[in-house]
Amino acid sequence: MKKEDVPQDLSSLGKITKEVCYATDGSGKYTKELSQGWEVKITALDTAWSDIEVRMNAAKQKVLNGEASPLLFFMEKALMDISILAGYTGFWKFQIARHMKPKIFKKLNDKILQRYADVFNVRIDELKSMNIE
Amino acid sequence: MKIDFEHIQSAHCENGVTTNLLRNIGVSQITEPLAFGIGAGLFYAYIPLLKINNGPAIAFRTLPGLIFKRTCRSLGIKVFRQRFHSKEAAQKMLDATLANGQAAGCQVGVYYLPYFPKEYRFHFNAHNLVVYGKEDDHYLISDPVMENTTTLSSYELERVRFAKGALAPKGQLYYPERGHVITDEQIATGIEKGIKKNIKNMIGIPAPIAGVNGIRFTGNRIKKWRDKLGLHTAGLYLAQLVRMQEEIGTGGGGFRYIYGAFLQEAFAYHPNEILLETSQLFTMAGDLWRTAAVQAAGIYKGRIGSQEDFNVMGDYLLEVAEIERKAFVALSKIKWQ
Repeated sequence: MKKEDVPQDLSSLGKITKEVCYATDGSGKYTKELSQGWEVKITALDTAWSDIEVRMNAAKQKVLNGEASPLLFFMEKALMDISILAGYTGFWKFQIARHMKPKIFKKLNDKILQRYADVFNVRIDELKSMNIE
Repeated sequence: MKIDFEHIQSAHCENGVTTNLLRNIGVSQITEPLAFGIGAGLFYAYIPLLKINNGPAIAFRTLPGLIFKRTCRSLGIKVFRQRFHSKEAAQKMLDATLANGQAAGCQVGVYYLPYFPKEYRFHFNAHNLVVYGKEDDHYLISDPVMENTTTLSSYELERVRFAKGALAPKGQLYYPERGHVITDEQIATGIEKGIKKNIKNMIGIPAPIAGVNGIRFTGNRIKKWRDKLGLHTAGLYLAQLVRMQEEIGTGGGGFRYIYGAFLQEAFAYHPNEILLETSQLFTMAGDLWRTAAVQAAGIYKGRIGSQEDFNVMGDYLLEVAEIERKAFVALSKIKWQ
């Protein structure tokens, strides 16, 4: 990439910091340049986020249909999967899989719910209702 | 308490941490491209079946920590490295290290990293930064991908050092030990070792998914994505490829340019024309990676999306694979003195 071709499409990161990239000058020698962002990367990130939105909505619908407990919704919202959630809560994966079932979720005591609530940064009532303030 | 530490911004976090920590102990010759090349950082792997963020698992880099480890080892510098079970012990060790006047590298997760924009915070645990001091309850942070230094509270730092999930950092702390004088001859030897190692990783692994073979494998796979996954999911996969390729902390096109810069710098230590010629090949490869990313963006933005567009995308990667294969074959012909 030539120095003058270093993209300068302002990204959300670009507002905070420019990124270093290596590009060649007129004589073909590499120099360090700064970039504010690149359209191609911005849309890749947007695509990822719109997919997350879709997954969150699908999860919410599943909960409303009684097919999953609200934990599924919060897990998607936090961009986690069961392994990551297991890491943060300290539960085993099979326990979390159980807690994902609405019937079992309803019977969970507050001590267990609090551990999830802490990780998702919500209150227990919000965890149950999916209504986040 | 503040350690005299020079923050130099870099394209990639681990290169930057390695460079800045080594400069801090007096290895004044080291630059980001040299650290990347001596550490044999260029790599590629496509891991079928494994999914990351519901997309394909593609790595443009070696395992986290390897660049630092290899660079130090090649230069004969001893490394201190420790992981922790307890958060208290991790903080104690960090404080003790700083009290000794030693800046410390830390592996962290970016999900809770407060100074990153929210859109960039995924569960990615292989980010690196340097802690170079402590004032009251705040640690002084040099994050090499940022233009300026910043701070994190004890709690914020603890949270990112103990991020969970794949490649969990477990509080990992590392630094190169002091007391080494590095001569230009040692740098020259390090360059030779780094290039040899990188040749092995890119064209010497007899597996279809790693190195140059892996790039070709991905190219062929992409051609099938449209039929196999449907246009929508195929678009998401391509977006993931581009993010893995060009986003901070990784870098496909970017890495080729750094490698090109490395070979130019290597020429100063080994005046062999092959280094300059292959540097140009890596520039070509980097440009082509970016052209491929533009093609991918056309697909995930929904501007294009026929089977022919996927074929073009796949062919770009086949072409990249061929250029990089040629480059490493050329490097393997060098007679080192």
